[in-house]
Amino acid sequence: MKIGILGGGPAGLYCGLLLKKANSGHDITIIERNATDATYGWGVVFSDRTLAAFQEADYKSYRAITDHFVLWDAIDIHYRGELIRCGGHIFAGLARKQLLQLLQARCAELGVTLRYNTELNDLAAFDGCDLIIAADGVNSLIRKTYAEIFQPSLTPGKAKFIWLGTSKVLDAFTFIFRENEHGLFQVHSYPFNGTTSTFIVECDEATWKRAGLEDASEDDSIAYCEQLFAQELHGATLLPNNSKWINFVTVKNATWHHKNIVLLGDSAHTAHFSIGSGTKLAMEDAIALANAIEQYPDLETALSDYEAVRKPVIELFQTAAAESRTYFESVQRYTRLEPMQFAFNLLTRSGRISYDDLRLRDPYFGEQVDRWFDDSYRHRGSELPAQGNRGFEKPVHGNGAAQRTGVYTPLLAPPPLFTPFALRSLTLPNRLVGSPVLVAARDGVAGAGQMQQLAHSSVGLIMPNPVAISAEGRITSEDGCLYHEKHLKAWKKLVDAIHQASRAKIGITLNHAGRRGAVRPARDGLDRPLRTGGWPLVSASPLPYTPRSQAPRELDSAGMAAICADFVRAARMADEAGFDLLQLHLGHGYLLASFLSPLTNQRSDEYGGALENRLRFPLEVFDAVRAVWPEQKPLAVALTITDSARGGLSIADGVAIARALKTHGCDLLTILAGQTVPETEMPYRRGFLTPLSDRVRNEVDIPTLVGGYLTTSNQINTILAGGRADLCHMYVPELAEACE
Amino acid sequence: MQIGVGLPTTLPGATGGLILDWARQADSGPFSSLGVLDRVLYESFDPLAALAAAAAVTTRVRLATTILISPLRNTVLLGKMAASIDALSGGRLTLGVAVGARQDDYDTAGVAYNTRGRTLVEQLSALREQWEGEGENAIGPQPARAGGPELLVGGLSDAAFARVARYADGYVHGGGPPRAFARAADKARAAWVDAGRPGLPKLWAQGYFAFGDEATIEAGRRYLADYYAFTGHFVERIVEEMLTTPQAVAQFARGYADAGCDELVLFPAVAEIGQLERLAEIVANLESASTSQRNRS
Ligand SMILES: Cc1cc2nc3c(=O)[nH]c(=O)nc-3n(C[C@H](O)[C@H](O)[C@H](O)COP(=O)(O)OP(=O)(O)OC[C@H]3O[C@@H](n4cnc5c(N)ncnc54)[C@H](O)[C@@H]3O)c2cc1C
Repeated sequence: MKIGILGGGPAGLYCGLLLKKANSGHDITIIERNATDATYGWGVVFSDRTLAAFQEADYKSYRAITDHFVLWDAIDIHYRGELIRCGGHIFAGLARKQLLQLLQARCAELGVTLRYNTELNDLAAFDGCDLIIAADGVNSLIRKTYAEIFQPSLTPGKAKFIWLGTSKVLDAFTFIFRENEHGLFQVHSYPFNGTTSTFIVECDEATWKRAGLEDASEDDSIAYCEQLFAQELHGATLLPNNSKWINFVTVKNATWHHKNIVLLGDSAHTAHFSIGSGTKLAMEDAIALANAIEQYPDLETALSDYEAVRKPVIELFQTAAAESRTYFESVQRYTRLEPMQFAFNLLTRSGRISYDDLRLRDPYFGEQVDRWFDDSYRHRGSELPAQGNRGFEKPVHGNGAAQRTGVYTPLLAPPPLFTPFALRSLTLPNRLVGSPVLVAARDGVAGAGQMQQLAHSSVGLIMPNPVAISAEGRITSEDGCLYHEKHLKAWKKLVDAIHQASRAKIGITLNHAGRRGAVRPARDGLDRPLRTGGWPLVSASPLPYTPRSQAPRELDSAGMAAICADFVRAARMADEAGFDLLQLHLGHGYLLASFLSPLTNQRSDEYGGALENRLRFPLEVFDAVRAVWPEQKPLAVALTITDSARGGLSIADGVAIARALKTHGCDLLTILAGQTVPETEMPYRRGFLTPLSDRVRNEVDIPTLVGGYLTTSNQINTILAGGRADLCHMYVPELAEACE
Repeated sequence: MQIGVGLPTTLPGATGGLILDWARQADSGPFSSLGVLDRVLYESFDPLAALAAAAAVTTRVRLATTILISPLRNTVLLGKMAASIDALSGGRLTLGVAVGARQDDYDTAGVAYNTRGRTLVEQLSALREQWEGEGENAIGPQPARAGGPELLVGGLSDAAFARVARYADGYVHGGGPPRAFARAADKARAAWVDAGRPGLPKLWAQGYFAFGDEATIEAGRRYLADYYAFTGHFVERIVEEMLTTPQAVAQFARGYADAGCDELVLFPAVAEIGQLERLAEIVANLESASTSQRNRS
């Protein structure tokens, strides 16, 4: 076969040599615009998995590559003047120039024709080729030529970056975060040849402009960065390589082949450099393409097979890369976190590395995380809470902080989930929250047996299922209630029993079901109206929940006043019953939530329209309850952060609502999502609420409680140590069977 | 975890006689259920007719559609059919429904394809109402199980998992390695817990088997390659994952049990009664069929 390859980067060279090796009869020419030794960029990184593939594909080049490797196992994070180091990760790097030279030599040895200093502007040079391989990089000429067929999408990232080198020798994959008067800058830096290191500087566009880098020359940019990172560079210099500030462009293509033309490497796809895998992906493409061509005599079948094998793999990487890119674009959100927590959050950003993984990779780092977490609590605990949400004030942190203030530090710290947590004058013994499985209530109390069991199951806080503030406010006729003396008595008995038997605390969620009321118990399915014995419903607007639901009456001002009074009465009863924490339900489409969402609130009075208006009634209730709920006890809100439905509340809306609640003195938010309307696009999976909690907690600076089907200590420790929530709800399905 | 076996209703060469023998024998074997698949445009038996027939020759096993493409069917008639099979079998029907994966089935049946999701949602609430119908709403027959047959929903979209939590008793998975099932099972449980449904959803899953000499196994592979040809490149994996040895069955079952599967239905790829006998021997010896582990990682 006569094969033309455009581009002498890693993809083109590796594919050329593999094809030639498999069949020396192939006539292969690689055309490259640059000279043999010219190259942009500095080092590239590989993982051990990739290396195994190289070994299998071509042993000689594999040996040459590994002979030149620099190996290291640590990640260093420089942040707020502190250095956090975590070991046990495996990295291998080498110079891009070195890699290309090795591959060129191997190509020459096998008889691949290499034409350097040749820039193509059209594909005439490939006339008569049986196969044309587009290995011409991110700005691929071939992809552009057939744009209608490949349908490329090029999405620039929000950040600006510049790819530099440095004479500083590193022994770790190094992240540097540095804030100056212009904004926040980040560095991704890694060793590759024993004398120099890659040094990529990134910042958001506004920062870049404020720093005057828009019009800066290469030298000016280098001077600016050298000064900015003087402390980390220790006198080392930064090195240019025709370096410019650019946005990272994510390339995707609808198809990767057309007739006898096929896209390879960056011309087909790119993945943000923060997961460092572009070269690896390009070379793996080359292996897959060479294999397919060897296996299938028919070219069309071979190219289809190549695409079918590679596309799903690439999509996974691009998803991970997009997550990582988004993390770095929004890292400003986390700059409130203490260095240790910031580092832990960074290391676990992709969701693929957990608390347990890090402990296994670097036990010392694991202990440090535990100690920091415990220590930060102890500091908070030593302050006497007076008012406001004192429990969340920034702890004094730093090595030796404990000695400085004379607080006793134990030899070994417990894992994050077993550290206490304070809200106003309430101290929870640990971070675990448990609820009973839904069962029918007796005297207004549902699941008493299960809750007593929970008190003995190392749960710090017990949260019963939502309790109705009035008979009309019930979801089902089996709900827990708190509007009658007999309910108060029954709850008091349970609360006393729990307090006597354990250190566990117990809270209560007050709810009015609104338009989701008068339905059958959830064991029969959701929102199925009662066939007999129902009651009239009210909501922000007269819209039934499902097509089969009863239409609610629009709440008028007298109705609102009455409901507010019901909440206040229930709050008083809750205090009398001895509850430690009170929570109002502003989620899942129940009454108070129905005011918040534009999908369910179509009012034209001062309680509808703009978000400020939609917030009015829920905030009136919140304030009225706060006024009667004892000052020293925390008041929480369960809030739907996003409706996850078209036209409904977005995450940004949820953040704005959380902010308003915080201003009114809300101490804790339980993170919920969806159920505002019955059909939503919620991506349910284990921990699906965690990203929402992360965002609200860190943008609003308010403690959060999150669930979302969490069942293991590892998930919970990862969430807590990363600062994504303060309390976690653990699901215990066995409870119901064990107790009732 | 319990293990069921599929009826050979979609296999080339399967006769009515074989299907009934198969049902009878499975009822006496170690199996807990008989499963059927649904495909209009393929040489195959109607799934509900096959289960009705199986009901007549069995006394013990559950009778399950995994799945039935319910939007293809008139909802009231489907409800009546399901209630009838349930009543005839003494409450042994499990109705798994989904939108299916093939447009040509819809085109052949003359049913709109693009509204299938909405139709399914409407059916899910309508079926329950019909089965529970009392007085003048009653269509009948009265299903043996209060509230009607056990209802499962299949599919892999976000919407499918939300529907499991809102309307159904559980989830039915379409096949693949245990790891793929574990991911789907997590989604179903997360949706279920978020909905505040008590306990956990029932989780059903399936796999394929063919035992014997190279020619028999090859025949099984050919059938799968043909039946799943419409999945394009994916078909190779389906063919590759077919279970052909006791070891493979044991490991597959263990993987599913560990991921929290309640009922694993193994479907034949070759229409010979010997296949059922061989599977019965293997299943009788399985560890994972007797333990009920729950993966909580
Ligand atoms: C900041 C940054 C950091 C990175 N870090 C890493 C890392 O650590 N690890 C890693 O694996 N990857 C990394 N990458 C990605 C990596 O550089 C690319 O993914 C990889 O080089 C892709 O290889 P390729 O052969 O497809 O394309 P390229 O390497 O871009 O090669 C294309 C070649 O084609 C030539 N060419 C293009 N058009 C023409 C034409 N018309 N005529 C003649 N010649 C032409 C070019 O001169 C070039 O030599 C990073 C990328 C960036 C931007």
